[in-house]
Amino acid sequence: MTATPDLPDAEATLVALAERMRGAVAFDAAFVGIYSGGAWLAERLPDLVPGNHAVGFIDVSFYRDDYSRTGLKGGSRRTELPFNVDGATIVLIDDVLYTGRSVRAAINELFDFGRPDCIELAVLVDRGGRELPIEPTYCGARLTVARDLSIVLSRDEGRLALAVERHEA
Amino acid sequence: MIRNPQLNANGELTHLLTLEGLPADVIRSILDTADPFVSIAEREVKKVPLLRGKAVFNLFFENSTRTRTTFEIAAKRLSADVINLNIGASSTSKGETLLDTVDNLVAMDADIFVVRHSQSGAPHLIAHHLNAHGRSHVHVVNAGDGRHAHPTQGLLDLYTIRHYKKAFHELTVAIVGDVLHSRVARSLIHGLTTLGTPEVRVIGPKTLMPAKVEAMGVRVFHDMREGLRGCDVVVMLRLQSERMKGALLPSPGEFFKNYGLTQEKLALAKADAIVMHPGPMNRGVEIDSPVADGERSVILPQVTFGIAVRMAVMSIIAGN
Repeated sequence: MTATPDLPDAEATLVALAERMRGAVAFDAAFVGIYSGGAWLAERLPDLVPGNHAVGFIDVSFYRDDYSRTGLKGGSRRTELPFNVDGATIVLIDDVLYTGRSVRAAINELFDFGRPDCIELAVLVDRGGRELPIEPTYCGARLTVARDLSIVLSRDEGRLALAVERHEA
Repeated sequence: MIRNPQLNANGELTHLLTLEGLPADVIRSILDTADPFVSIAEREVKKVPLLRGKAVFNLFFENSTRTRTTFEIAAKRLSADVINLNIGASSTSKGETLLDTVDNLVAMDADIFVVRHSQSGAPHLIAHHLNAHGRSHVHVVNAGDGRHAHPTQGLLDLYTIRHYKKAFHELTVAIVGDVLHSRVARSLIHGLTTLGTPEVRVIGPKTLMPAKVEAMGVRVFHDMREGLRGCDVVVMLRLQSERMKGALLPSPGEFFKNYGLTQEKLALAKADAIVMHPGPMNRGVEIDSPVADGERSVILPQVTFGIAVRMAVMSIIAGN
């Protein structure tokens, strides 16, 4: 049994992430959150990062690389990108960056809508353990977490919280 | 307990043969999954990579344009390879049995069979054969078998109703016309009752009504005006003259007078009632042109939703 890591406060980490994006992110960059945790962050970030930021949401269910193993589980949602992806600067937003596979799927999906000028990546927590050459442009906090644990973002009455869950073997 | 042949040991959908006996949560999850697929058509690249490398065989032993085409589009939008077999011109006419044909296509690495057959039960036979011979990784979708079932049509009808009317639990739905020959009607009735629709009516002449249809949980009307009163949804069926043996009807003109949907008869339904038809339509037989082309007709959206529903079905079964 692995020890449970100390988790930072999610609201404070969001402020830290916004601090790093402020001044560095393009004024008109679109914020695209990966469902579901990343979507909650994408809704909040325009209030914390100055600029004119369109907000979109992306569901990567149809682009995942584990479909042949796990099939299509319920709960897929529509991807909504209410701006022209062609020529856009996009900041993909996710709650926890781990293997990098969701981000890979999201990038592939974005290109089916057009050719963005630039894609950056903002994550609340980078927990290490990458399986693909993907790194965040902006990161709220870095943690080292054992492989049998998941870091999960939840939202209760608008307030974000991080928790640790143990995988079933 | 005998397992539903459409579900695996975990209760997940592996074949789609009929809506009869399919649990409500399985039906709802297909409709929910179809929703994001509708929006794929609005993208620059109208494809997702889910079924890349999979082969979908359209096995049509009976004519069809719309159903075969929408299955083909659905499979292609999922990035599958699609092979259309014109069975009338192939080996079955040389004496090969249905199951030998299937075995040969499995040897060509088929992943999904989309089957239409004039004999009720043909898709069940194929699914049973595949399961019994250790080929449960190959999936079957019933695209219409005899008078029995047309589950993807039933699902796209349910999707359309949910899209325009939201909840099923307050609806009155009328299904009108040639119920006797209609696999579309059977599938829709099973779907509607499973999802808790309080009132499903069937309207038609006695000669075109199956025996003991009430046992399916519907109210029977032979007077169309009476049956349409207060309906939220009116589903018109095609008069299937090609399946009629003997004199079931006096004439198409007489049928239109009694059971054709006109503006005047539609006025008896609720003011916001929608009109559906599975196609192909016989204008002037079961439906009047001003109704078919009118603002309450959702016949063309049905076709569009049908692609998304078939994408959902194929991507769910191929992953289980």
